This record gives sequence, C-alpha cells and structure tokens, in this order.
Amino acid sequence: MKTRIIATGFLGVVGLVTLAPAAVDKFSGYVEVEGRFFFRDPLYEGQRENNGSLALEPEYYHEWDNGSSFTFTPFARADTADTERTHFDIRELNYLHLGDGYEVRAGVSKVFWGVAEFVHLVDIINQTDLVEHLDEEQKLGQPMVQLSLPREWGVVDVFVLPWFRERTFPGGKGRLRTESEVDVDHARYESGAEEHHLDLAARYSHTIGDLDFGIYQFRGTGREPTLLPELDKHGKPVLIPYYEQICQTGLDVQLVTGQWLWKLEGLYRTGQEEDFFGGVGGFEYTFVGVCQSKLDVGLVGEYAYDTRCDDATTVFQNDAMAGLRLTPNDAASTEFLLGYMKDTQNSSSAMSLEASRRFGENWKLSLEIWGFFDTASEDPLAAIRQDDFIRVRLAYYF
Amino acid sequence: MRMILRNKKGDESIRELRTKTLEGKEDGDKSLLIFDSPKDVQGSAFLSFTHKKGDDDQWLYLPALKRVKRISTRNQSGSFMGSEFAYEDFTSQEIEKYTYQWIRDEVYQEKECFVVERYPVNKKYSGYTRQVVWLDKEEYREWKIDYYDRKDKLLKTLMAEGYEKYLDKHWRAGKLKMVNHQNEKTSELLITNYAFQTGLTDEDFNQNSLKRAK
Repeated sequence: MKTRIIATGFLGVVGLVTLAPAAVDKFSGYVEVEGRFFFRDPLYEGQRENNGSLALEPEYYHEWDNGSSFTFTPFARADTADTERTHFDIRELNYLHLGDGYEVRAGVSKVFWGVAEFVHLVDIINQTDLVEHLDEEQKLGQPMVQLSLPREWGVVDVFVLPWFRERTFPGGKGRLRTESEVDVDHARYESGAEEHHLDLAARYSHTIGDLDFGIYQFRGTGREPTLLPELDKHGKPVLIPYYEQICQTGLDVQLVTGQWLWKLEGLYRTGQEEDFFGGVGGFEYTFVGVCQSKLDVGLVGEYAYDTRCDDATTVFQNDAMAGLRLTPNDAASTEFLLGYMKDTQNSSSAMSLEASRRFGENWKLSLEIWGFFDTASEDPLAAIRQDDFIRVRLAYYF
Repeated sequence: MRMILRNKKGDESIRELRTKTLEGKEDGDKSLLIFDSPKDVQGSAFLSFTHKKGDDDQWLYLPALKRVKRISTRNQSGSFMGSEFAYEDFTSQEIEKYTYQWIRDEVYQEKECFVVERYPVNKKYSGYTRQVVWLDKEEYREWKIDYYDRKDKLLKTLMAEGYEKYLDKHWRAGKLKMVNHQNEKTSELLITNYAFQTGLTDEDFNQNSLKRAK
C-alpha cells in the first residue's frame, strides 16, 4: 500500500510537503527579565517585598535523516530576593529513537497530561517547579525511558522513571509561601530507596471522532508531598515534605461539539493518609469572529472537587472557576485571559488577569495580575492572603 | 513556506512555516503545519484531519507546556496566525464540503476561465456564505477566489500566481495573496520546496508526530 502526496489541502491549490532539509540542527530559546511587585507588605518575617529575576532557557535540537533526534534544554533563573528561586534545571536532555511503529525516548524529558484550563489534576510524570509560579504549570525535567506505540486503535505509552525529583518551594525571603518555610533539605520518603525508587506508569490514549481520551495507571513516589509541621534543629517551625508511595489511576476526556469543548479529568489515589477521588470538569465555548471582526471570545467554566475536602493538599478541593479569553488575532498575537476562582464552601476567592503580546519579531511582553480575596483561615490560600501581585516579563526569543 | 502579513500602513510581519499533507483514500486529507517563526511560537504545530462528511478534527500543540489542545470545529472560520487566511482556507477543501454552481465563462488574465460559485455544506461553521472561483478551462487551476461573508458582503479575494507543474501532473501555485477588503490588510503566502511522494504515512499524522514536530 503506497501512499502518495498529491494536490489537495490548502485552497485545493497547494497540497504539498515543504520539507526542511534532511538533517536539522537548531539552536533556539529565550532570555527573560521578570519583575514581581506586591501591593501589600509581607506577612511573614524575613520576606522581601518585591523581586526581580533573569531567566534563560536555550534549546539545542538535532534531528537525523531517519527522524530520530536529540534535544538539550537547560534552564536557569537568578532571583534578587529568594535564594530558592535562584535555580538551575535540565528541562530536557534526551534522545528520541524513531523506530518502525514505535518510539523510544530516553533521558530527561517533559510530558503533559490533562485538558482543564485552571487545574492540572491528572498531570503526574513531571514534578512541579513551584518556585517558578503558583499556577503549577512549570515543571522540572524528569529522567525517564518512554516507549510509545502508536497504533490504529490508540497510543500506548509506558514510562520507567528511575529517579525522583523533589518539588521546589519558595524560600524564607520569597513571597507566595506557607507561614512556616518548607524545609526542602530534609525531605523524607516512605520508600527506603528514597529518590531512587523505580516509578512506573502506563497510559492508553485514543481519538474516536469528536472524543479524545486517555487513561493511565501510575505506581511510585507521589509528586505531591504531605507537608509535616515540625521544628528544625534551631527550634524553628518548618514543614517537612514527605513523599509517599502511591498508586494513581487517572482519566482525561475531551469532547468537541461545535463551539463547545467539554473537558473532564478524574483521578483515584491510594497510599497517602486518605484514599480519595479528585475531579475537574468544565467547558470552553468560543465565539469566533465577534461582530465580523477577527476577535475570538472564549468563555471557560470549570469545577474542581476532591473527596478529602479541607484535608486536601490542593487549593482546588471544592472550587468553581470562570474564565474569559480574548484573542484579537492581530499580527502581534495579543491575548488576554481573565480568571476567577471561588471556593464553594468558604469565602475565599482569587482573580487573575494575564495579557501578552509580541513586539517586533523577537520580543514578547507578558503581564499578570493576581489577587486573593476574603481568604478563609482554613483555606490554603490564607497563607498568601497578603500577596496580591503584578508580574511583568519581557522575553527575547532567538 | 513564508507568510507576510501587511496592514493598511504597510507594516510587515513575517511567519515561517512548513507543512506536510497526506491525501486521504476514503476520507479527507491529513495535514501537519509546523511553525518556525516568529520565534516565540517556534515548534507550535497544527494537526488537522479533514472529513468528507461532518466536522474536521483539529489539534494544536503548544511546546512550552508540551500540551495538545483540541480546537473546536467552529474555529475553522477564525484567523490563522493573525493572518487574513482562515483555518478553513487551509483545510476543508474536499469536494464534498461544497455544493457548486456554474455562473459564467470569462477571460481572466488572458486565460479562458469557468466562474463557479460554491456554497459550504456546513453553513453553521463556515465564515462564508459563498465563494466565487475562477478556474482555467485548460488545467482547472484556481486563479482567483472571492469570499463573501455571512452577510453576503465581499470580504476577501485570493489571487494565485506562479503555477508550476510537478511530477508532470500536479499544478501548484508559488504565491497566494489574500486581500481583505473590509480591513484593508493583506496576507501573502510564498511557497517553496514542494516535494511529492516523500513516503509519508498515517504515522506521520498522529498526536505523537504532532508532539515531536520541530
């Protein structure tokens, strides 16, 4: 069965492959200056008021004739206030072997699972680089061997994860932290193998018509530590991260029907103090080309639930979220996203506004504003109730 | 290929992209678009499966988060990368997507042409009520398309140039220029390095290939 490429596709007149040369060498990345300005005084002793930082993430990519490739992406940030936020990480350093009907990726890599906008519930392979940002979207590179088998009946991925990465937390001088500092130097593990425990995961994903779904099983070191209140050797109260051995089953589903995108993520986790279900469901509705313009307006609604209620280690234990996305589709790729999160059982709420645009061909300016309102004392947000802030980033992409 | 966006004042913005297309046997085509510039969107990729009947499937890959996002069907009438091209101008070109009517014969740029109107079958999701197409009688190449918006007002005109014949049978344009009459912006697509029969298979058009596209 021979496959041809012929005249179809774009406008019926294009239809083509415009290929890059066989072997590819690419050097790209960005360098960024960041400023975070907090509207109110710090709540805890030792915290600096504001911070500035410089970050760099270059990437080297090489692709061979046969499609196999090598990627190296280091990352570094230097922060003026928080020594924990001054950090270096290897986001990616891996070799991808493209076989006949299979792919193997070996090395440090990044994998994302999930569909929701505000909560990243089922995503588990990579550890959260929490000092980077409270939205938990930045991840640490994870050492792995990944075997991927794309078939007509779906994709099977098997992961062997030989080395665990501990979560990063803001340090004593940083804002957006818990009252007692997290003592990252004294993390504890349930497994005697500690960070060398061999973690395993397998995922099956498929697309059937308008439906995309994935289901996985993970066994190994939980990425989300339990924080144990203790005293350090100087008698100062600290939180010790404790990493349990967990089993987690996760599901993510996405259904598209016209202007609607329906999303669902669910998980069941055992191995921590209490077995639990967690879920987030919602929709995204897009008005395309509002009033004959190029402006797209998207409405997002999500609800997150966790059967542990207030014992949950997450902020999103019983919360409703709403978002408004504006995309003018201009040459500068301007974007706005307004988000509102409300706890349905207590008074706490949070609001965020994200905006970004390009300047020229290489510069990108991003702005974020976060506010926390009426935080109830039992809500995890209470710890950062004074930390409303504005974050400005200017990045140069090369 | 290279896309040049121009506004009223003549300010330019350039996007570089590559595309791979696999002709469907029973159903529509599969295609993968990879963005090379502007640099902040480098590595983003767009996968689409067109279907002869029903809605097309579309996904966008965002490399910074390693995330694949499904795109709602309605988005096909939305702007492609801020250009005057809509997603549906890139996909959705299956014969079954439209009904057709011959309007007249006309000479366009010294070529004998059929002028044909086509109407989208899925009116709900298309940004157009109709398209008027100038096809030459000799080789059925499309030289000009007028797009009429939902209020049936002339919205855009596409003009093709620089046709060349590949493998002795496939005519391809080297330049496509889209003019938006309502906002006076233009988008130009310059296409180079056409390659045919490169041995692509279905495996080059799944979520794995979308994620590893660079």
